[in-house]
Amino acid sequence: MRRLLIAIPYLWLLALFLVPFLIVLKISLSDVVLAIPPYAPTLDLSEGWAGIKAFFAALDFENYWFLTSDDLYWKAYLSSLQIALISTAITLLVGYPIAYGMARAPQEWQATLLLLVILPFWTSFLIRVYSWMGILSTEGILNQVLLFIGIIDEPLTLLNTNTAVYIGIVYTYLPFMILPIYAALEKMDDSLLEAAEDLGCSRIGAFWLVTVPLSRSGIVAGCFLVFIPAIGEFVIPSLLGGSRTLMIGKVLWEEFFNNRDWPVASAVAIILLLILIIPIILFQRNQQKQREVEG
Amino acid sequence: MAQPMAQTVFAPWDDPDETPLIRFENVTKRFGDFTAIDDLSLDIYAREFFALLGPSGCGKTTMMRMLAGFETPTSGTIRLAGQDIAPVPPNKRAVNMMFQSYALFPHLSVWDNIAFGLRREGMDKDALNDRVEEMLRLTRLGKFAKRKPHQISGGQRQRVALARSLAKAPKLLLLDEPLGALDAKLREDTQFELMDIQEKTGTTFVIVTHDQEEAMTVASRVAVMDEGRLVQVATPDRIYETPETVYVADFIGDVNIIEGTAAPDGDQTHVIWAEGHDPIIGSTDRAFERGQQVFYAIRPEKVAISANRPEDAVNAVKGKILDIAYLGNLSTYHVELPTGHIIKAQTANTRRIARRAYTWEDEVWLSWTGTAGILLES
Repeated sequence: MRRLLIAIPYLWLLALFLVPFLIVLKISLSDVVLAIPPYAPTLDLSEGWAGIKAFFAALDFENYWFLTSDDLYWKAYLSSLQIALISTAITLLVGYPIAYGMARAPQEWQATLLLLVILPFWTSFLIRVYSWMGILSTEGILNQVLLFIGIIDEPLTLLNTNTAVYIGIVYTYLPFMILPIYAALEKMDDSLLEAAEDLGCSRIGAFWLVTVPLSRSGIVAGCFLVFIPAIGEFVIPSLLGGSRTLMIGKVLWEEFFNNRDWPVASAVAIILLLILIIPIILFQRNQQKQREVEG
Repeated sequence: MAQPMAQTVFAPWDDPDETPLIRFENVTKRFGDFTAIDDLSLDIYAREFFALLGPSGCGKTTMMRMLAGFETPTSGTIRLAGQDIAPVPPNKRAVNMMFQSYALFPHLSVWDNIAFGLRREGMDKDALNDRVEEMLRLTRLGKFAKRKPHQISGGQRQRVALARSLAKAPKLLLLDEPLGALDAKLREDTQFELMDIQEKTGTTFVIVTHDQEEAMTVASRVAVMDEGRLVQVATPDRIYETPETVYVADFIGDVNIIEGTAAPDGDQTHVIWAEGHDPIIGSTDRAFERGQQVFYAIRPEKVAISANRPEDAVNAVKGKILDIAYLGNLSTYHVELPTGHIIKAQTANTRRIARRAYTWEDEVWLSWTGTAGILLES
């Protein structure tokens, strides 16, 4: 019975992660052809052992070589990394004060504030991104308000720029930053800050020496939760970004649907996964360490 | 054994030339409508081990937080070594506090916790090392220096908190229920350790506690508080033997309180407490008017129990044993008098329990001397 219970999540992972991964890996090693499906070889088991041998013999790393030959790909990876890093940093800068304010708010307010943070999830992600198009466009609400107040004389070009992508990512992933930081700050004992002050810290000193280190696990968790999905983000750059916004998610989409080059698209996805494995492992380590401390 | 050098009793509060280290002058603290501290004046002297004792909500913690700088008085002044400390923020006061929860920094090792305050002073590295090592020795924590707070026991954490608050050599150390989280046995050991450390370092300690036994054990003087006021400030023995009010008598230790009216008779005062019974004879240096309401307070251990009326007893009453509380070394007998009063009498169990002289429902006599109890006004 117990084995069965433990087996369920593993079977789940196997069916929904490992098998698709192997399929993608296999496609990435194939060649593009004009057919359905648009790649070769396909495994033909009717020919028995010879068929399997022929199948494996046809696999090669050609597509990976192709990725290095065109600078579009590594530029897209780098640009994705850069956009993910910068937006993670901005999300942290915006999210930390919000989480801090929530943790410091009166107890009876905290549930409401928490609800407000989660509330955007009740609407479809796509709709929210579309509404940002309405806000950021040249005739959008933001420009109208700024023009009305008189801060600007001419409408700003925000939509279809990297700025819009940053705004979109920060907006979308903000709750993932706020929640773990709030969770870390919320269980912090206030007497620790008094102790720090009592021992000669100023208020600001106590914040840096006590509050920040104690919310470190929340900061790390929040950063990974934002950084990991932001790297592969596709919807936000394609809706809010311009033609100059280069992100690997977008490249992948174009390879797949516009070029119908499934093998190259799969190779792009595999490399992206390899890039992400490092932060995912670091994230797991952080969670593990946190559990040990709380033991 | 050689006689120690001319030892004077430590009692700066009796010396009119001594200036107090801490001076509360008509301090009042209000939180909204609630008055936590009500026009309170108090002197605490250097090197004292001063206990603030009272039930929760009596204002003792507020007093401590005002000393630490986390609260400011609504009116009145608090002076530390003559200086008004109200404008001094907590991080600039020569006062350190040991928190009830210990408030150890969970992300720092024992060593770094102790060094925390010294680092803020910008102490140079060698001096800092020496000081931390000294504190580790003082609190016997050397072995645990590298551990994190969650890797040591409650008693060790308590010692880290003490070491950390002592490291900066404060003029005044505040201890907020320092032993509250320890079990009874450890608490007892730690009380003596605290006294020892206080003596070694010569620091003035102010301890807040609701545990009267703890206050009695460690303190040079005890202040009993109730509803934001000081009820009595005195040495532990005086608090116990000569409480000034029924509240103090009742709060410290076990006591029998008998209500009656006073009838002065020469240097004695009779307490008429029940019709048809002899008055209780007590001596007091306070003057009571005839017919004034008085409370006669007597500790259970000062009441003797016997099968027959002792012939030379000044006060004796007859009653029936209602209950016996067996505490191992002591037994407390609850004796019901015909008037309905219940008097507690305590005796040492010098004989084995099987040979106990009295049992439930036995008729016994309770007796005590003329000076055993005290008379209180309210």
